[in-house]
Amino acid sequence: MNSYQVAVIGAGVVGSLVARELTKYDLSVALIEAREDVATGSTAANSSIVHGGFDPEPGTLKASLNVKGTAMMPALAAELGVSYRNNGSLVIAFSAEEMETVRALYARGRTNGVPADSLSVLGQAELRKLEPNVSDDAVGALRCASAGIVCPYGLAIAAAGNAADNGASLYLSAPVTAIAKRDGKFLVTAGPHMIQADYLVNCAGLYADRVARLIGDDSFTLRPRKGEYLLFDKSEGELTGHTMFQVPTTAGKGVLVTPTVDGNLLIGPTSVFSDDREDKSTSADGLAFVRETAGKSVKGLNFRQVITSFSGLRAVPDGEEKDFIIRFSERDGHFLHCAGIESPGLSASPAIAVYVADLLRDAGLPMRPNPRFDPCRRSDHWFRRLSAAEKNEVIRKDPRYGRVVCRCETVTEGEIVEAIHRAPQATTLDALKRRLRSGMGRCQGGFCTPLLVELLAKETGKAPTELCKGAPGSLLLAGTLKKGAEQA
Amino acid sequence: MKTRELTCIVCPMGCTLRVELTDEGEVAAVTGNTCPRGAAYAKDEVLHPVRTLTTTVRAAGTDRPLPVKTDRPIPKEHLFDAMKRVNSLQVEAPVRIGDVLLDDLFGAKLVATADLL
Amino acid sequence: MKTEIAIIGAGPAGLAAAVAAYDAGVKDLLLLERDAAPGGILQQCIHNGFGLHRYGEELTGPEYAARDVAEVRKRNIPILTETMVLSVAPDRTVTAMNRQNGIFTVEAKAIVLAMGCRERPRGALNIPGDRPSGIYTAGTAQRFVNIQGVLPGKEIVILGSGDIGLIMARRMTLEGAHVHAVCELMPYSGGLNRNIVQCLRDFDIPLLLSHTVSRVHGNGRLTGVSVAEVDENRRVKPETERYIPCDTLLLSCGLLPENELSKGAGVPLDPVTGGASVNERRETAIPGVFACGNVLHVHDLVDFVSEEAHLAGESAAKWVLSGAAGHAERSIPVRAGGKVRYTVPQRIDSPETPVRLFFRVGSVADNAVLTVKSGQTVLAAKKKRRMTPGEMESFELSPAVLCAAFDAGEPLTVSVN
Repeated sequence: MNSYQVAVIGAGVVGSLVARELTKYDLSVALIEAREDVATGSTAANSSIVHGGFDPEPGTLKASLNVKGTAMMPALAAELGVSYRNNGSLVIAFSAEEMETVRALYARGRTNGVPADSLSVLGQAELRKLEPNVSDDAVGALRCASAGIVCPYGLAIAAAGNAADNGASLYLSAPVTAIAKRDGKFLVTAGPHMIQADYLVNCAGLYADRVARLIGDDSFTLRPRKGEYLLFDKSEGELTGHTMFQVPTTAGKGVLVTPTVDGNLLIGPTSVFSDDREDKSTSADGLAFVRETAGKSVKGLNFRQVITSFSGLRAVPDGEEKDFIIRFSERDGHFLHCAGIESPGLSASPAIAVYVADLLRDAGLPMRPNPRFDPCRRSDHWFRRLSAAEKNEVIRKDPRYGRVVCRCETVTEGEIVEAIHRAPQATTLDALKRRLRSGMGRCQGGFCTPLLVELLAKETGKAPTELCKGAPGSLLLAGTLKKGAEQA
Repeated sequence: MKTRELTCIVCPMGCTLRVELTDEGEVAAVTGNTCPRGAAYAKDEVLHPVRTLTTTVRAAGTDRPLPVKTDRPIPKEHLFDAMKRVNSLQVEAPVRIGDVLLDDLFGAKLVATADLL
Repeated sequence: MKTEIAIIGAGPAGLAAAVAAYDAGVKDLLLLERDAAPGGILQQCIHNGFGLHRYGEELTGPEYAARDVAEVRKRNIPILTETMVLSVAPDRTVTAMNRQNGIFTVEAKAIVLAMGCRERPRGALNIPGDRPSGIYTAGTAQRFVNIQGVLPGKEIVILGSGDIGLIMARRMTLEGAHVHAVCELMPYSGGLNRNIVQCLRDFDIPLLLSHTVSRVHGNGRLTGVSVAEVDENRRVKPETERYIPCDTLLLSCGLLPENELSKGAGVPLDPVTGGASVNERRETAIPGVFACGNVLHVHDLVDFVSEEAHLAGESAAKWVLSGAAGHAERSIPVRAGGKVRYTVPQRIDSPETPVRLFFRVGSVADNAVLTVKSGQTVLAAKKKRRMTPGEMESFELSPAVLCAAFDAGEPLTVSVN
């Protein structure tokens, strides 16, 4: 049995960053993930916004960790080679009354510690100058210059990979189904593995309440809240520079219109409670709502250029809990919850990781710096970021980098093979997509899927008929044809 | 007397053809056609429908199959039997486009439609 | 690298363009192909029915392609395979990448765009529901079955009655799968009658017209689809929704010319065809850049692709041989009217030679009258018993008609009523 000082349950963006933060110290760390890959839950499908921090209620963990996390994000993204863009955000007002809300948000932002030079209230003329495609009905906006966009699953993958590079053990396909305590240590049943740990950090996302129940802690319950989105082709990526929110009203929070770090345009989300924690379905009504509501913010949304729709679930605490749930369990002082991380969880995640480390230190975990810690991970996108001359140098040594497999996103065989073998190892089509964007372009995998199947089979030694799209059971093929003599 | 309805495939018009068959199974009349080619098609299609089979065969030493076809149409009712025979076949390189792989598949030859080198 | 004419894509269009350009006198040519072998999509179209117009016989896709490849090889025209063109600059510099050469540029005097098209994916169709595996475009399934020898699924529903979907219904059935239904959003099929008869009726596969897939179900692999009738505005009638258990949904919902390179080069596109706007020689608005085949407009028959590519290749060669000389002094725009959705070419630069106009209608037209007008004057007319959106129509304009149009100086309008 493998034994660790800390085991982190759940490899979404929060769990992965927590695990990485802990490898900064001379600790043995495990990162345990139920699914076949990291970043498959809320991290895989959300708005990908790094919020300014003017929205959360002052005095909450949400407020302080958001502001801190957003400030940490540029440097962290650089270390981990993750796509991040400081594009700023706008909260658009459509009436004088909504302008009042804009001013109130400005004041709240200042209370929360958002830097003064980052916030400004814009009138109609200034707004139009900044964003020519903004709706004619917009009368003004709150601008937040420190807000940005980041690739959420890219961040989680890089953090988990960097944690593994720095010595953490990564367990995939290891759902935690039982937690026992023996001789002061936790015994965790995680799929085929038994893992021993002094401390557990519960970063299980949508399932954090169920993991809590495994030690008899029912202090909180989570409810999934679904958000549906539409993604546009890169041809539409410059419709807006800023992330555009709408002023929250009694009718709802509105939907956002934002460029993505990859150059696409994203609109959404809806916000509807769901009873199914695996429900990633989209609905005709939901998508119609998104189309209609987004159309209020900007002119010229070209729905013919929509390349896909998707939905994500946020883990929202039920009942009285309004803040992030980051505290030791009342049942066990070595069991730390990191739950209910809904928006602005992505923005706050770098600060949550530091906060978790601080709580563990305060609880008595010895934390000496790890002298071998390397904060940097080579980006999964390292090759595509090279100059032509540099690429040629790479191709000369390894010609696989000269063969393009995904034509829409220009992903080469070399990059795919590397992603299959590098921690956290990609074993499915979706895992490759999250790392390299293969199949994420305008043809949505029409051309590259058969090629990726061949490469995955060759590199993992599996038969094509064993390969999955993503989730367990999502087999890609039903059988092999032409068995020749065997068939006769 | 029996009647069968068909869609003509001779040209884009797609005429709906009605074929009257005698109790002996002979064509008594074709209506609905707008040209003689349609009548001829209806007769053939009712009395002895034939189809060209195009599929693939297993090639030794590779996962990639080799495309093949029957060099002439075969009776429609034998398509699945023909598939069974083709699926049990395995060919060895080299094969050239047009090479005969089976001499008699329900009255047709099975030929390669691509090279296997 | 330098070449007289760079041809992007070695499918049927690129191959025919290369041969025509060579035969017209330009011997220094280069074909750039992203796949491992020339032939394009024909390699996986193992069914027959190709070549009736061009060769007077029915060939399979690989056989049709092999004839063009043989002609190219006979002329020793080089083909760089597994070579992805990354960009085309307006000055006709092509940047490409492959294993042997890394990233390299080709400076060409003329370029023929022959990149073909892609299939409309699920996302663009906005089908609501889960995100399971087992949803493929028909062409992806075709590659799996015919090239890679694997079966994508066993219980199949097909959305869209385009020809590739119909062909795959038969193909999957012959390989042991069960095709439950083909749903077509429109009240008529976009596929050829022959395919409806020989791919669906032969195997008792129902064709559900005015139907769509309203939802997909399944968390791992697809477990089923909801199918519903649509009203005349193509909206789902909820009361007609029913569930069909299946493990595979194939999409055959249209083809989109793949013009990202053209856009990058600044070639203006026709919003209806999705391809470049061209003159009668298939020259785009950028001098020396030509386009042909499915990248220009989606064809119904490969024979017409070859014919168009021949014209484009020959035109590119003439352009090079004439010293890359200038542009037309006058040109007459060609516009679509009535039931006509688009025309190719979209403009005519010279009245001296006959021009064959290609077009498609937007809906079925029975006892149709095709007219070509210059302003209000009817220059030519033709009757046709039936025109369907699935078939490409054509009409030849004589030099006499063209001269009249050039004299009048007004746009030509092609309409069907």
